[in-house]
Amino acid sequence: MPVTQLRKQFLSGETTPTAALLHLAGEISERDHQTGAYLSHDLDAGLAEAQNADISLPLGGVPIAIKDNMNVLDQPCTCGSKFLENFVSPYDATVIRKLRAAGAVPFGRTNMDEFAMGSSTENSALGKTRNPVDLDRVPGGSSGGSAAAVADQTAFAALGSDTGGSIRQPASHCGVVGLKPSYGRVSRYGLVAFASSLDQIGTFTRSVEDAALILQHIAGFDPLDSTSLDVPVPDYAATLNQGVKGLKLGLPKEYFGEGIDPGVRANVEKAAKALEAQGAELVEISLPHTEYAVATYYVIAPAEASSNLSRFDGIRYGHRAPNPADIEDLYKKSREQGFGAEVKRRIILGTYVLSSGYYDAYYTQAQKVRALIRQDFEKAYQQVDAILTPVAPTPARRIGSAGSDPLHEYLSDIFTISANLAGIPGISIPCGTVDWDGATGLPVGLQILGPHMGEAVVLRVAKAAEGVVA
Amino acid sequence: MSQSYIDVRYVANLARLELSDEEVAVFQPQLEAILKHVETLSRVDVSGIEETAPLFGRMRDDTPHESLPPEGLLRNAPDQAQGQIRVPKVVNDA
Repeated sequence: MPVTQLRKQFLSGETTPTAALLHLAGEISERDHQTGAYLSHDLDAGLAEAQNADISLPLGGVPIAIKDNMNVLDQPCTCGSKFLENFVSPYDATVIRKLRAAGAVPFGRTNMDEFAMGSSTENSALGKTRNPVDLDRVPGGSSGGSAAAVADQTAFAALGSDTGGSIRQPASHCGVVGLKPSYGRVSRYGLVAFASSLDQIGTFTRSVEDAALILQHIAGFDPLDSTSLDVPVPDYAATLNQGVKGLKLGLPKEYFGEGIDPGVRANVEKAAKALEAQGAELVEISLPHTEYAVATYYVIAPAEASSNLSRFDGIRYGHRAPNPADIEDLYKKSREQGFGAEVKRRIILGTYVLSSGYYDAYYTQAQKVRALIRQDFEKAYQQVDAILTPVAPTPARRIGSAGSDPLHEYLSDIFTISANLAGIPGISIPCGTVDWDGATGLPVGLQILGPHMGEAVVLRVAKAAEGVVA
Repeated sequence: MSQSYIDVRYVANLARLELSDEEVAVFQPQLEAILKHVETLSRVDVSGIEETAPLFGRMRDDTPHESLPPEGLLRNAPDQAQGQIRVPKVVNDA
């Protein structure tokens, strides 16, 4: 049930926040042993909050699941890592404080690739999450638990984080709506940092209207995040239903070429035609530096990660190796024991590209190419209002099918990564299904990208598309 | 950006990360394949392009504000005594 409908039922007295929470707890105990969307949930704490919920508030009484990399007072925050397996948060992240102020009840912690590094949730050190549409398949990632919970109806809505597609890609694979806002729109204070120039918090919902509603209440300036922008948050509901008549929608030719599954492409093209039939004008555009996006990302993101993850040293919190020979040994062994393979790979890669003698060739060059990728989008938005693309080249792959070449998996992020490099907002909405890789009915996502701080137009196009493509 | 060789153990040590021989053997070809892909960036003409600065950035006023109390900060410390975090000796005897 969408959040907006749940809210109506609260206000009409048809149900109560306590009953809704108990319902979710029942769904979780019935199905989550299969899906594995959750790492933990504290029913008693949730019930205490639900009983005191003020339903006159805009999200009053609505339980919202939280990816396990955001701090919620007195709850775990494992980041899917052994390193933080026993960590208990001493404070609320700004998004949690804002959700509470709007009446919502943060309930349940969802699984994720360790420190958000991955696109399948298979890199979680703490549990396996399956795609509720097909339990043999990955839910996508890194916010796979949040996507799976909303798809499995064990959550009404969830928060996730997106550094290179970690909201949009799992939303696409699980058949739900996933919104990554612009860089600077939502405070990251209390989100465990992965790549600070790319990370952004966003939503998983069952409808575009729900995405607009929750964004409305988590967005806005926060002095505790120096990258948070001090600009007004528009009333998203006010423009949500304006339709696409008169809007120009760009189709970047680089996103429809080699490597994309023909079924996925056909679904996305069909969605574009449906929007054209509603009065939008389709424009073929070019984003010429797209082919360099993955390479750019895999310099910048690991570089920032290697710096951010230096805080996990076994001193102040998290895993500490027993019986170290000295302080140096304590650092090295704690990190060796606490981190999984993907995290280690990225720390090494990031340390390498930042090291003396390699910095200019890798990091400076990547930052310059990043500027070109951003310029591609700036030029495109002089021509069009929003951009339509696929979210991922294929539907969800089978669990365990990644093979031993991480680069292959990295390349599948090609359609989502550029939005993070450019700092622009993007949404994935369900766009029909395809038969692929021996399976039937696998969800496909349509990605709608907007200009920086242009969430209103992204949501408006998504709302129009939602009615005709799903 | 001409060679994609990486001394995995040396770089891991810079990051204060211990690795087993098995991990080094697995990571070596994987990291070299990634670096080979990354080196395609050298083909891009970036003449006249300014390096992307941190996207935004702002200094807050230097005024006192509420912060976490010591018990909050110590809550997750692996080893503590007398309101302090305990670590192995970091200074050698003279």
